Amino acid sequence: MTERQTVEPLLQVRDLKTYFYSPSSVVRAVDGVTFDLREGETLGLVGESGCGKSVTALTLMRLIPNPPGRIVGGEVIFKGRDLLKLSDSEMRKVRGRDIGMIFQEPMSSLNPVLTIGRQLTEALELHMNMSKRQAMDRAGELLDMVGIPDARTRLKDYPHQMSGGQRQRVMIAIALSCNPKLLIADEATTALDVTIQAQILELMQDLTSRLGTALLIITHNLGVVARYADRVNVMYAGKIREMGSSDDIYGSPKHPYTVGLLNSVPRLDEPAKTRLAPIRGEIPNMADLPAGCAFRDRCDWAIERCGAEDPTLTEAGREHWSACWESAKVSRRPAAQKAKV
Amino acid sequence: MTTATNASTVTPVKADVTSGQPLLAVEGLKVHFPVNRGFILQRTVGHVKAVDGIGFSLKHGETLGLVGESGSGKTTAGRAILQLTKPTAGKVTFEGQELTTMKPDAIRKMRRRMGIVFQDPYGSLNPRMTAGNIVGEPLIVHRLFTSKAEYREKVAELLQVVGLSPAMANRYPHEFSGGQRQRLGVARALAARPSLIVLDEPVSALDVSIQAQVINLLQDLQEQFNLAYIFIAHDLSVVRHISDRVAVMYLGKIVEIATRDEIYKNPLHPYTKALLSAVPAPDPVLERKRERIVLKGDIPSPLNPPSGCVFHTRCPIAIDDCKGDVPPLREVGPEHWVACIRV
Repeated sequence: MTERQTVEPLLQVRDLKTYFYSPSSVVRAVDGVTFDLREGETLGLVGESGCGKSVTALTLMRLIPNPPGRIVGGEVIFKGRDLLKLSDSEMRKVRGRDIGMIFQEPMSSLNPVLTIGRQLTEALELHMNMSKRQAMDRAGELLDMVGIPDARTRLKDYPHQMSGGQRQRVMIAIALSCNPKLLIADEATTALDVTIQAQILELMQDLTSRLGTALLIITHNLGVVARYADRVNVMYAGKIREMGSSDDIYGSPKHPYTVGLLNSVPRLDEPAKTRLAPIRGEIPNMADLPAGCAFRDRCDWAIERCGAEDPTLTEAGREHWSACWESAKVSRRPAAQKAKV
Repeated sequence: MTTATNASTVTPVKADVTSGQPLLAVEGLKVHFPVNRGFILQRTVGHVKAVDGIGFSLKHGETLGLVGESGSGKTTAGRAILQLTKPTAGKVTFEGQELTTMKPDAIRKMRRRMGIVFQDPYGSLNPRMTAGNIVGEPLIVHRLFTSKAEYREKVAELLQVVGLSPAMANRYPHEFSGGQRQRLGVARALAARPSLIVLDEPVSALDVSIQAQVINLLQDLQEQFNLAYIFIAHDLSVVRHISDRVAVMYLGKIVEIATRDEIYKNPLHPYTKALLSAVPAPDPVLERKRERIVLKGDIPSPLNPPSGCVFHTRCPIAIDDCKGDVPPLREVGPEHWVACIRV
């Protein structure tokens, strides 16, 4: 990839590979993922279940359970250092302090037997060398910042005393407590109702832009990222298939999978009760991927070459890459050849 | 029609002009779950009003979308209509018969005419039954075949109708993908040739590319078998796609009900407006221009719902009067009913 920026990106992921091993098979969950994340930027990582987006996030944090998983290759350069080469104790200092993470299930990512206050102060005492009292004061400020009413008294509460939306707010407060440079939100709003989802997204956007934190939003919902992301990466079967500005990805997608995703969701801003155009077939078995492009069996544009060679990301426009041999022909409008269900 | 204090039970039942009678009429339906405290000396300390006086009607071949957030009572409403949960009060008239007063035996016979598809395609299929037996079970229960050969033929036909191969009849649920399992669930619901199917979040557990396949299938089947659907979902774009009319629920009550185009073009209840504005559109250009109404706070506990209009605690246009009486559903336009005094 050509580097247009003179400023070094905050995070450079290069040819990242994370595989999972079982006695009978190897699942290449992340198979050669390369992307940049600039300082203060919001990047969306979109794809369906099993495409490797969460494994990508866990690999960045080096949280892949080993066995069965192993980071097989690649580089994760964060602020000039390769995170994959750090010792375990050095890595522990990065987690929580430099990179914060929010998970999908707020109930299971908070410890049910510790108070909210204790869980907030843990990182502050550990990473920021604060005293107990300083940390408690700061914890109160943080809860206030994420919009929990009566923050100081709520510090004594346990996670079960809060609603789903509030727990996710607590998670955001913990993740942002040490002023990280990067916040990873892995399906952070998926378990929430739409009105609460809107609250949490607005909050994340507002806080990260105020604090200058870069934000990596991982989601399966194309709608969620459209409003917030500057750029979007679309993943399918372990690889990034298309990357570009969100205007390009949504306005003029150049990969058949992105086109398929956009066409298969009903939209409130389009006329109703026309038939949906789904992507035909099923998500392939990751332990047994066919040779060539993994999407070709479901693709309306597939040619013979797709069966032999897996396309790599090539430039399809300014700051816009697509991994497709036919990307010049792909577009959203001429609603493809009618996909059969 | 009831008194003003109980006004929320007023029901916008519309007689079907063509056939004279709706397929399903729900009036003042309530489901209250008792909350007990104490171990030996149990006493009821309150009620969770999961569904609190809802009413609507449904014509043959029509789809009613039932939307709301978690805890709004939409699933309980669906179950109470099918008598899977005993309603506390209210009437459910289906194909001209009143279900709430029926004996269990009679209800079981009526179930032939009503199907249900559940949200979780993993949890709703018995892992120890083959696909064929799952789909064929309703045929056995209702004795809808005369010979083994006819049974097998019917099962094969059902699998084919939902886009599965009849050769898959001997497989077990774990051998199917999520989308295929949901097709099995649909086939099972279709088996006894119902006229009404309650679809409880049928696509929300599926990936987007598979969702579209199942939605198209549901629309095809509706046309083919003249089915009426109650489509329960929290995804408003999917609901708009499939529904003829839409009812919005909040804390056990219907706050707005109207035809599909009307409710999406001209939402009147502040909750409906907020819900619609919270749906993210996959279009960054549009999203940047769009004004979003972000509701404050969470949905209140149904154990102790707010007085008056249940939405007043989160409502951006609430006034003091909203805390007083429960606002009744009133007709503000053709087939458009709203429960809000500020409209």
